[in-house]
Order: sequence, then structure tokens, then C-alpha cells
Amino acid sequence: MRENLHRFFRAARGAGVHVSPAESIDAMRAVKQVGFSDRAILRDALLLTLAKSQDEKLALGDCFDLFFSQPEPRQDQPEAGSDDASQDSDQSSASDAAGEAGEGQPPKELGPLAQMLLSQDRNAIAAAIASASGAASLSDIRYSTQRGIFSSRILDAMGLQRLRDDLDQLTATNPSLAERLRAALDALREAVRDAVSQGLALYAREEAENLRNEILRNAPLARIERRQVAEMRALIRQIARRLRERYSKPRKRQRRGHLDVRRTLRRNAAWGGVPFLTAWKRKHRDRPKIVALCDVSGSVAQVSDFFLLLIHSLHEVVDDVRSFAFSSHLIEVSEILENNSPEEAMAEIMSKVGFGSSDYGSSLVDFEKEFMSTLTPQTTVIVLGDARSNNLDPRADILRRISERSKRLVWLNPEGRLAWGFGDSEMPRYATFCSVVRQCATAQQLERAVSDIVASYQ
Amino acid sequence: MADQKASTSIEAVESGLAAQGYIASRQIATAVYLSQQIEKPILVEGPAGVGKTELAKAIAAWRGMKMIRLQCYEGLDEAKALYEWKYAKQLLYTQILKDKLGEVLGGAQTLHAALDQLHDFGDVFFSKEFVEPRPLLQALEHPGGCVLLIDEIDKSDAEFESLLLEILSDFQVTIPELGTVSAITPPTVILTSNSERDLGDALKRRCLHLHIGFPEQRLEERIVESRVPGISQTLRRQMVGFIHEIRSLDLKKLPSVSESIDWARVLVLLQASALDTEIVKDTLNVLLKYEADIEAAVPQVTTFIAKAARSNVFG
Repeated sequence: MRENLHRFFRAARGAGVHVSPAESIDAMRAVKQVGFSDRAILRDALLLTLAKSQDEKLALGDCFDLFFSQPEPRQDQPEAGSDDASQDSDQSSASDAAGEAGEGQPPKELGPLAQMLLSQDRNAIAAAIASASGAASLSDIRYSTQRGIFSSRILDAMGLQRLRDDLDQLTATNPSLAERLRAALDALREAVRDAVSQGLALYAREEAENLRNEILRNAPLARIERRQVAEMRALIRQIARRLRERYSKPRKRQRRGHLDVRRTLRRNAAWGGVPFLTAWKRKHRDRPKIVALCDVSGSVAQVSDFFLLLIHSLHEVVDDVRSFAFSSHLIEVSEILENNSPEEAMAEIMSKVGFGSSDYGSSLVDFEKEFMSTLTPQTTVIVLGDARSNNLDPRADILRRISERSKRLVWLNPEGRLAWGFGDSEMPRYATFCSVVRQCATAQQLERAVSDIVASYQ
Repeated sequence: MADQKASTSIEAVESGLAAQGYIASRQIATAVYLSQQIEKPILVEGPAGVGKTELAKAIAAWRGMKMIRLQCYEGLDEAKALYEWKYAKQLLYTQILKDKLGEVLGGAQTLHAALDQLHDFGDVFFSKEFVEPRPLLQALEHPGGCVLLIDEIDKSDAEFESLLLEILSDFQVTIPELGTVSAITPPTVILTSNSERDLGDALKRRCLHLHIGFPEQRLEERIVESRVPGISQTLRRQMVGFIHEIRSLDLKKLPSVSESIDWARVLVLLQASALDTEIVKDTLNVLLKYEADIEAAVPQVTTFIAKAARSNVFG
């Protein structure tokens, strides 16, 4: 049974529940207390010890139901050698059952698997599949392409070779029985395939998800397929959570060594000014104030979408975000993003300013006219765009003024460095006034860029 | 069979808590039972008013133990949670013992000799006498064990969580001047959280995680029955059904169990025999705590009463 629990922990990790060794020990202890007899209690106990949030509880509950819906493999026959011994008993009981049912008694000289199939003892077959899955270490399955090899391994472990010999022999001697056996073999193959699919669903999820996320993280955001957008949003949320955890440390940190005389005196007034309690000077750490200017024209729009989603899910870390979107002119979009779901917000922003040909010059003019006062010496300005201004006046002088008024000016460009400055790209001209210019085409680059910006305030 | 014993003990927990007027679901009872068996704290999460704090009180009453409560808030530190030196007492004692000190030190010829003699007394003022135990230390030192309730842990700072880790895993604290204080009898520790912020993994790992949501209709009826014995069965069914309908609305703050109990009390006080639109509208402010929520619910009242009555017939 312990083996089973270990396999369950593996399946739980696959379901996205973080199970550390310490937690598995706790779960073991808990299970030892409650026992296996009542499945509902077992489920509660495992949920209590392993899952640490409501989401994890749901995931783990599903995983539990899936895991225990399959017959439990028997532990006593992992080797093919001991297989025969234990299946002998199966054979006798199976043939007894068949005998009582009045079916044609399977000839004694057949192998154990053939006996089992002909007697159609479903429980024995299910148990044999399960124990063969254990022997073929089905829990190591990782990718869907491995289904074939695991199926054949399981069938081999069940004694397919012997069955084939039996079939050949029977075809010569007893064709009708051979026909029955062949049909039963097909059914068996199907059952094994189902077992492997279930194993894949249980054990391979983690690996597959990691692989998919890895690919997704490095995929260019601008050319992402429609069906992947939802997954990408989920990934961006994950990134936001990670950044929040890393940077939402308390803002005040005691600085030992510098006595705050004023507060110390006040605090010790009750003891006549004798300093029993000391108060130390504190250093306040700022939280970032961010002003984001996002190009939403053409191919950059998708990147801007994800970028805005990321920036706006950093509430705990970032003090104040104001976002502006532009293509040919510029509007403020902070409120739209706050009040709507990401999908609706993006649609609304697009209907207002999207799809135009980008004009960086006039957008910057719009910004200077209306929103220049939002910039303070604590503000980081982030511009996201490809700096392709259709040969219109880039107005780099406004960018210079923005840069002078703010703490930092960061330009994120979805295009590769090689393309900067070619065609209508004004990147080199703008770059002179930026503190940092970096390429930002994939989720990973996006994470690094935002992480660096937030870290500069710590 | 061990299994047999386990399930009966879980039932024992259930009935023990029920005797204190706390109707626990199977999951809650399992959590309480396990926390006793493997000596782990329970971290209870869930919306406000589903009986997280009540659970600790009920356990304390059931097992006849003292309950020590630590209410968390922003800025709570170890001086308020763990222990504090009694400065005033230390000061007073030095004043009173001044003469005595003079006597003791009087024999010394040089400053060095005086200092050496003073060292012999060194730790007098930093002994157990002068420690003011705060809830956490009290809980550890309580003979015969107690129930330690750390309420609304999510309101405290992240640093405070780290302070708790030693207590939660080993039931001990380390006071630099005195050494390590271990629990005489490990206390039953219950932590509650309203999920206002994510707790650290280290803290979560040390606890059994129990989520108490809104109870099912049957369970809630039993809870109301145990808390408000005077209410008739039909009214109880109706009002619980009504509340379940209300919870399906998109409200700022959904009514939880404590609101159900309050409302039941109000209905009994007003001597209502059945729900009708008038009385519900008059007492809706017991159930809903925001003006906007009440406005959203009022148009639905008649439908919900009808629905609750219908489910009553089939139930």
C-alpha cells in the first residue's frame, strides 16, 4: 500500500500540487492513523496534509478520484518469474468458474494468459493488467508518443509471447477456439491501451506542462496562435505571481546602528527619558511608479496586450501604474484595464486607438500636452513599441524631456536588435534618451525586463 | 482494526464538538482528529463568519482546556506575541536594591573587583522573574496543554510568520537570555486566515490545511438548529433555503453562517412563523452588510422565497 501512496504523490505532482518529501511523510503518518478502509476519510486526510490552497485541493481531489478509479495493482508479482506461481491460482479458480458456467473447458495445455482470456474472468484480467503495468513501470510514462511502447511492454509482461504460440497451435488443432481467443486478445489490447492512456493522464501531466510552458515562454509573443492566447495569459499570470512573491517585501526595513533620537525620547517619556526602548532610524523603500506607453498598432499589439496584463497584475509590488495606448494618437487606458477582464479591455482599447498606422511623433505630442504632469522623479517610464514611425517626424525632443523628468526611461522593443535602425525604425534616435533599451519578444524576456525595473527600486 | 478505531474516533470528535454546539462536517472532524494524532497545527481558511474561530473555542470547551487567543494585526511583534522584559519592575528593583548593591560592592577596593562582583549577580535581572509571558509563551508554559488560537494570521506581517515557525514545528521558543523553552504539553494550535494575503510556504507546510466553505443546506440547518433551538422546523428550512439562494447572487459580501444564525434569532424574536416578502425586506440588513448588496437582493426576494418554499416541499 505504501508503494501506492508513493505513486499517488507522483500523480499529485503531475496534477500541479507541490508535494515535498516532508509533506509526503506527514501524509503517510496521517494515512497510518485513518487507514485505507474508508475512501472518503482517506481523501480528506490526503487533502488536508498535501494541498495547501483551495485550488490545490480541487486539483488534488480530481487526481485522487482518477487515481483510485483504476484497479489497484497487486504487489506480489513484479517479476515474470513469480508470475507463473501466483497466476496458477488464478488459473485454477478461473477454470473452476468456467467449468461451472458450462462453457467449453479450455484445454489444459494452454498458457496462463490464454486460460484467463478464454474463461473471461474480468477481475483476473484487470488485476493482471495492473500488475503488468507495475512491472513495466507505467508511472514513468512522460509523453503521449510513448503510448505504443508502454502498451507492448505491458502485453509482453502479461505473456503475449506464450499466447501467440498457443494461438498458432490452436489454429491448427481447434480453429473455433482460436477464433475466440483472437477476439479476446483484441479486447485485451484495447483494455491495455485504456490503462496506458489513464497512466498518461495521471503521471505525464507535469512533464508535458513543463515542456509546453518552456516552449511558450520562448515563443515570440507577436506571432502566437489564437488557441495559445489563453495559455499565454495563464503563463503571464504565473510570472506576475512570481514577481509579486519576489518583490512584495515590506517597504520599511530597520536600519540598525542609527538611533532615532526624537522617537527614542518620546517612547521613553514614561521612564523619565531613561532610554529603555530604543528606536532606530528607518529607511523607506519606494515602490515603483510606472507610466507605460504602449504601441497597439499592428504586430506590436499582441505584445502590448501581454505586457499590460503583466503590469496590471502587479498591484502588491507596484504603487501606481498609469498606462497609455497609442497608434496614431494616444489615450489613457488605466481605467479600462482596471474595470474589465483582460479580453474585454483589450477589445475596447483596440476599438478606440488600435489598428491605425503608428505615429510616434504625434502620440508623444499628445502625451506631453496632457499627461506630462504625471511624471515625477520616482517614475519609471516604459515605452513598448517597435519605433517604426512611418517616416513621420519622430519628435525625439519630447522623449528627451520625458527622460529628464522621470527616474528612468526604459524602451522595450519586440523587434530583434538587427532590425533597429533599418527602414523606418527610429530606434537609434530614441535610444540616445533611454536609460535602457532591450529586446522584448518572448514571455521570458518580458519577465526579465519587468523584473529588472522593479528590482531597481529595492 | 486500526481503521475501525480511526473512524470511530473521528465520530467521537464530531459528537464531542456537537455537544458544545459546534456542528462539524466530516472534513473538519477529520482535521481535528488528525491534528491531535500527528501533533500538527491546523490552518483554517475560509470566508468570514463560517466558524473558524468558533472551532477553536469548541475544541477548547470540549476537551476542557484553556483557550489562549492571539489576535494578529499589522505591526504585531514578538514583544506583544511572545514575551517582554518587565522594564518597570527591573527598574524598580534596582532602585530598591540600591543599598544592598552598595553593601555588596562596598568591599571591593578597585573598580575591577567591583565589576567582578557585579558579574556574579549578572543575570539576576534577566531571569524568569522579569519575563512577561505573552500569549505564545503562555501557551507553551501552560501545564496540561491548552488550545492556542492564532487568529487572522494573514493580517500580521510576513516577519511574524517566521517567528511562528519554531513554535509550530517543535513547540518551543528560544529566548536569547534564558535559552529554549519547550512546551510542557504540546498545545493544540489553530491558525485562522481570511486569505487577505498569501501565506508563506514554510508556514503552510507545517500545518494541516483546512478550508471551511459555506456549509451544505442540511448541515447549515443543523447548525441553526443547535444555535437557535427556538426556531420551528419549517421556518428553519425556508430561511436556510433562502440564504442559499442569496449566496448564488454576485454580492460584495455573501452572508455566512454567523449571519444565518443572527437572522434566525431575529426571526424568532419577531415571532415569524414563515417567511414572507414583508418580513424578509425588513430584516435583510441582518443578512447583508452593504447597501449595494441589499439593493441587488431586494428585487429577487419574492422569487427566492418561492424557490425556498418549493425546495421545502421536495426536501
